[in-house]
Amino acid sequence: MTTEKRLTRVFVELADTLVAEFDALDFLHTLTERAVELLHADAAGVILSDQHGHLQVVASTSNRAQVLELFELQGAEGPCLDCFNTGRVVANVDLDDAETRWPHFSAASIQAGYRSTHAIPLRLRDQVIGAMNLFCIDQTTLSDDDLELAQALADIATIGLLQERAVRQSELIAEQLQTALNSRVLIEQAKGVLLARAGVDVDEAFRLMRNHSRGHNQLLTDVATAVIDGSLTARELGERRRSD
Amino acid sequence: MSSVRTASQILSSVMSGDRGRHTLPERLCQDCAATLPVNGVGLALMNDAGHQGVIAATDGSATLMEDLQFTLGEGPCMDASRERRPVLQPDLAQTADTRWPGFGPAVLEAGIAAIFAFPLQVGAIRLGILDLYRATPGNLDAEQLAGTLAYADAAVIILLHLQSKMTPGQGLHPQLGDPLDSRAEIHQATGVIAVQAVVGLTEALLLLRAHAYAADRPLLKIARDVLTGTLRFPFKEDDHG
Repeated sequence: MTTEKRLTRVFVELADTLVAEFDALDFLHTLTERAVELLHADAAGVILSDQHGHLQVVASTSNRAQVLELFELQGAEGPCLDCFNTGRVVANVDLDDAETRWPHFSAASIQAGYRSTHAIPLRLRDQVIGAMNLFCIDQTTLSDDDLELAQALADIATIGLLQERAVRQSELIAEQLQTALNSRVLIEQAKGVLLARAGVDVDEAFRLMRNHSRGHNQLLTDVATAVIDGSLTARELGERRRSD
Repeated sequence: MSSVRTASQILSSVMSGDRGRHTLPERLCQDCAATLPVNGVGLALMNDAGHQGVIAATDGSATLMEDLQFTLGEGPCMDASRERRPVLQPDLAQTADTRWPGFGPAVLEAGIAAIFAFPLQVGAIRLGILDLYRATPGNLDAEQLAGTLAYADAAVIILLHLQSKMTPGQGLHPQLGDPLDSRAEIHQATGVIAVQAVVGLTEALLLLRAHAYAADRPLLKIARDVLTGTLRFPFKEDDHG
């Protein structure tokens, strides 16, 4: 498939999920997966700033503790923090050369196996609500075209997260952001329940819940809630729908 | 510079000094009402079964606002808890009558013009609701919202503290007095403990915190031990039974 065709498909896929009762977290996970694919990266995450200005990961292509640590570290230093503070793209960072700029972050990134990183702001007018962060195993350089695409994906993330109606009123932005941050916690709790009940790892736990949510047209947070309250068992979660 | 106080600052100010005869939730509400441009603040306990009663209110109108919701079973705090999201109503005269047919007219009659309700929650764990009201309509701006959310974070810690039996009547352990760490591992470990110990998530989080307190180790380290299986919280028959 040509790049253009693939791009069109990705945007159609993303637009398709932006329906009435849509799932912000599932949407952001899809977005990180497509960002990795289209921008030649190996891991991606979406980081949001909560009301106190703390950065929190809401979606990541990897659940590896080492990778999550890289997002967490950027509360103190790193491309996402810079991106968040300046509202500008921080791209094509050679981690081997970033030792003085971000000593802890660059050391941890190299340890985790990455050589370069990019951070793209999630902007809402003059406000920056977070950043999309990409990590690459190789030394990669994003072209101007790539950067435009990256910003387009980040803008879609913002739209998906806040939804059109929210953009008009600041109190709705706060409601949506708080809801997304709490939903993330709820999903982590459900992963823990599945870990203990079904002996799966965290990535598999997430995949099971997400597949179920899509297969049954339920919100991911509803599936996670059902896992937590026991109304959805690990066995039921593993079964494909009969009609599939 | 922002003048917003952090949850840690709020907690240490609420806990320190002479509390008089006031409870921690009362102190928190008073502090919140004094700091933010609102007329009153109330705090109610909530769980999956619904409203569990009002534990603090700064004045008569705040008490009325809380009692009405408890009695009628409707209102911004009920919605905020059920939907797990803040419910911000800057102008009740425009919205309340249709959204809450019982609560709306009564609360407007009492001179309450705006209500901001914040769920006190940790993922699926419902603990309570912090309600702020104003006698005149109007939004909270971004900084005031940030300030209120810091009070909500502090209130979560206080409610967890009140539900635990770690240090009855005493101040909080310094580590447990911090706002809850947002790390994924802590919430995953909470889920694991709920299954192992056959308890609800609230109890599981309390067990995790109590263990960190007893072992004097960071919550995150304990959580990681739970996830690797180094530490287990087995199901216990009632020790005293």
